[in-house]
Amino acid sequence: MSDQHVTARRPIPDSERIGRRRELRRYIAGFALSLLLTLPAFSLAAAGVLPPAQTRLAVAGLALLQIVVHFRFFLHIDLQKSHRDDLMLILFTGLIIGLMVLGTLWILFDLEGRMLSP
Amino acid sequence: MSDHASAMADREHRHPGLNLDHTDPEGHASAEPVIFGFWIFLMSDLIVFALLFATYAAMSTQGTGDGPAPAQLFDLRIPLLETLVLLTSSFTLGFVSLANKYEGHPRQAIGWLVVTLVLGAGFLALEYHDFSTLIHEKHAGPQVSGFLSSYFLLTGTHFVHVAAGIAWGMVLIVQQAVLGPTLPVKLRVMRLALFWHMLDIVWIGIFTFVYLSGVLA
Amino acid sequence: MSPGAVDPLTGLMNWRALVFVTRGDPLSVNHLVADGAAGLMLVGGAIAAGLMTVKGWWRPLWRDWLTSLDHKRIGVMYVALALVMMARAIAEAVVMRTQQAAAVGSPGFLDAHHFGELFSTHGTIMIFFVAMPFLTGLMNFVMPLQIGARDVSFPLLNAISLALTAAGAALVMVSLVYGGFSTGGWTGYPPFTGIRYSPGTGVDTWIWSVSLSSIGSTLTGLNFAVTLYKNRAPGMTFFRMPLFSWVTLCVSILMIFAMAPLTVATVMLALDRYAGFHFFTADAGGNMMNYANLFWLFGHPEVYILILPAFGVWSEVISTFSAKQLYGYHSLVAATMVISVLSFTVWLHHFFTMGQSANVNAIFGIATMLIGIPTGVKIYDWLLTMVRGRIRLTVPMLFAIVFMITFLIGGLTGVILANPTIDFVFHNSLFLVAHFHNMLIPGFLFAMIAAVQFWFPKVFGFRLDERLGRISFWLWAVGFYLAFMPLYVLGLMGAMRRTMEWQRPEYLPWLAIALVGALCLLAAFMTFVAQIAVSVRRRDALAVPGGDPWDGLSLEWSLPAPVPEYNFAVLPRVGARDPFMAMKREGRAHLRPEAYEDIRLPKNSPAAPIILAATFLTGFALTWHIWWLAIAGLVACWIPITLRSFREDHERVIPASEVRRQHEAWLDRVAALPAIRREDETGPRNRGRASSQFAGGQP
Repeated sequence: MSDQHVTARRPIPDSERIGRRRELRRYIAGFALSLLLTLPAFSLAAAGVLPPAQTRLAVAGLALLQIVVHFRFFLHIDLQKSHRDDLMLILFTGLIIGLMVLGTLWILFDLEGRMLSP
Repeated sequence: MSDHASAMADREHRHPGLNLDHTDPEGHASAEPVIFGFWIFLMSDLIVFALLFATYAAMSTQGTGDGPAPAQLFDLRIPLLETLVLLTSSFTLGFVSLANKYEGHPRQAIGWLVVTLVLGAGFLALEYHDFSTLIHEKHAGPQVSGFLSSYFLLTGTHFVHVAAGIAWGMVLIVQQAVLGPTLPVKLRVMRLALFWHMLDIVWIGIFTFVYLSGVLA
Repeated sequence: MSPGAVDPLTGLMNWRALVFVTRGDPLSVNHLVADGAAGLMLVGGAIAAGLMTVKGWWRPLWRDWLTSLDHKRIGVMYVALALVMMARAIAEAVVMRTQQAAAVGSPGFLDAHHFGELFSTHGTIMIFFVAMPFLTGLMNFVMPLQIGARDVSFPLLNAISLALTAAGAALVMVSLVYGGFSTGGWTGYPPFTGIRYSPGTGVDTWIWSVSLSSIGSTLTGLNFAVTLYKNRAPGMTFFRMPLFSWVTLCVSILMIFAMAPLTVATVMLALDRYAGFHFFTADAGGNMMNYANLFWLFGHPEVYILILPAFGVWSEVISTFSAKQLYGYHSLVAATMVISVLSFTVWLHHFFTMGQSANVNAIFGIATMLIGIPTGVKIYDWLLTMVRGRIRLTVPMLFAIVFMITFLIGGLTGVILANPTIDFVFHNSLFLVAHFHNMLIPGFLFAMIAAVQFWFPKVFGFRLDERLGRISFWLWAVGFYLAFMPLYVLGLMGAMRRTMEWQRPEYLPWLAIALVGALCLLAAFMTFVAQIAVSVRRRDALAVPGGDPWDGLSLEWSLPAPVPEYNFAVLPRVGARDPFMAMKREGRAHLRPEAYEDIRLPKNSPAAPIILAATFLTGFALTWHIWWLAIAGLVACWIPITLRSFREDHERVIPASEVRRQHEAWLDRVAALPAIRREDETGPRNRGRASSQFAGGQP
């Protein structure tokens, strides 16, 4: 255990300080952006300026954007080649989720329309 | 390994979350399978949430039975508060990740982790209050209708995940204090960060599709 | 069972749940069958325990097996679990067939509840506790060897996956003696399985056993996928992996994504039953059709989780025993991937008749038929692999040939059922039962038995007896046709599945043939077990220390048999597909490595057996509403994991000198073995060193 103990209080080299500042900025940007997307979504729904259908679409769009922001700024997933495996996995998961969720909704709403309505 | 070669290696092998890369190249190498495995677990977990969402989407319109509809139950004040608390906790967790990566001493990481977990606990308290109001004051418990069953299971599953994250975080605080920032501990902190950020993404879905869409009649 | 009867200490447990307590009913054959089965299990368990004690095997069992994190031993334990469970499930099938043959125009000898339990346990066990552990065990053993790895990426997680599966199996086994099982079939459709119509604890046993197995499989998928992505030997690119490793990758991905819907469905059903939720109830806005939807979101990819490993096995078997590299390697890989993705798009064909509109049915019907295309590609590739090969009709190869013919028939009836309009006629008939047994027995079971014949020498160091293997093969093949072809006819005549009593005398001859077939299959299983037992006795005569009894192509055949715990003395550098074949062709097989390194292996851990006990108790406690025990069990699961995370000495080192000593002793031994030609392959001269067909020149 002791050999793995990183020596305490080692001097931080300049390159790391720059890297650290860049990564800190990333978290701050992510936080700011997600607030910028959350608050309008809540106000749209609360104010009811748009008709419900359009509000739903708008908040769903904002949610999608915010999800992208979280992936980009908090989970550090981007389009660079180094992240290809993880991005592929997310896209494949997205495909499976799409199949499962859209399929489920299609089936259940179709059944609802045919069987449960009077 | 020359600087150039190591920079190449860094660019080729990066994983989700904050990478240890040049501050701990050895640790970065062993992080790869561990983080990838955890990432796969998160994807599987996302499928669970996706199906809970799909079920909720169907049942909140088809399954209200004789009970209340979403628009009669939800208001946006507490969800907004919950959202802000959870978002802030994700932000403070960023400081944990940075300390985990750059500091040789666990003090900062522990401090920020405590802040994050307190915010997480605050979120749980708000949600518990929300559940209890629904059940006791509005008489809209999960046994009332299919819609409420699916509401409680969706938000409840998220609740349980956050609670598990807090328990995990507390173990990691002890480990950082007892073991120090060893590689296994660092890797665990990195995985907790992924878990927490992913729960935040699920919460985006919940506040959008449950609360925001729910209040629209 | 009134809700007030829950005792805080023992929950709903009571003496009358014990199967031997017959509640004052008159003695009947029905009770004899139930008591006999329970008694058989208890006596069998007692004999096994006694034998263990007499032989002093408890300590080795704990030290070498239960606490071991070696992927090979975990694989063997998975297969052993599968075989034990298979014995029960086949016996149940014979009892059901006997009841059906005896119940034409008469009630037969079983009561309806017992019959319902039988078809429910048969299906549940065959899918979750035979098929899943069998294929997981096989992949566990073979895949790391094929890609040149020392172990899977997460050895402890591997052991925990086994523990979860075993805990689920234990719940099912205990229900044979205490409490009974669900009567809702392996699919457990509500509202029948809801609390109102199934008030006992049987459905709860089903829920928790299946959930445990499902979580175990998810973790297995995760573990294998990471292993395949991050743990391949240098030079082992994806497109140099043997096909079995490719199917393992696809199966792992299916496990990661497809087990989740099952967990969601069973948890919702549990909430309905335990807490009065309304997911699938008939009132208060519940929607039981969502259960069918969620269940088959899991259930259809599950079909491919079962079938794809078989495709991998056949690819290895056919190319090895045809002495050729696989024909159309890339198309086989592509077909596997296409099947994996398509398997997520067809789940609705399991409930065409639920009432959705024709358009929905049509889309899913077309998607279903599309799967026939990549599957056809595979069959052609295997046939073309055999063309102009030097084919040896060993036991695995015999299975492969019967598989191709039989699977084709099953596939064709599948295309028939994929047409929604026709499915409306056949839905839930014995035609359907015939169809899926026609897919799963050749497509899964035959492959697993062939795989055992093929890789057994690698696992234990000796071949299986060829003569008994052939007898067993014929019994399996003939038994299958006798048992299931009549069901097609019965289905066409209108017989429905899960029926315990018939009114039409013209069914009798077909039911009688099916019973004969079932008995044949039972005999086949017993011969298979006898084959293993006889081979163990003759192990010295059948030993193949050279490790290459079949003139194999992939890396596992380059290793000693049995394989040392560290797998590879020196990690191989792979330069081509079918690397061991390439080594033999270039005369590089069995060369002395220049340098050895220390090898780090995971230490044994008691965590997995503790988790087995804890999750079993949790499942049992939840079934019987013993809340304190359920909580205690859940907490107990996490204790070993948390404690372990505070320690850091999880590895032990095997020094390079020791590796060198063992490996060079083996190399010397190989050099002294006779290099045998393929015509002597099944004879006593085969010591595991091949006079390779691949040596010097084109195969």
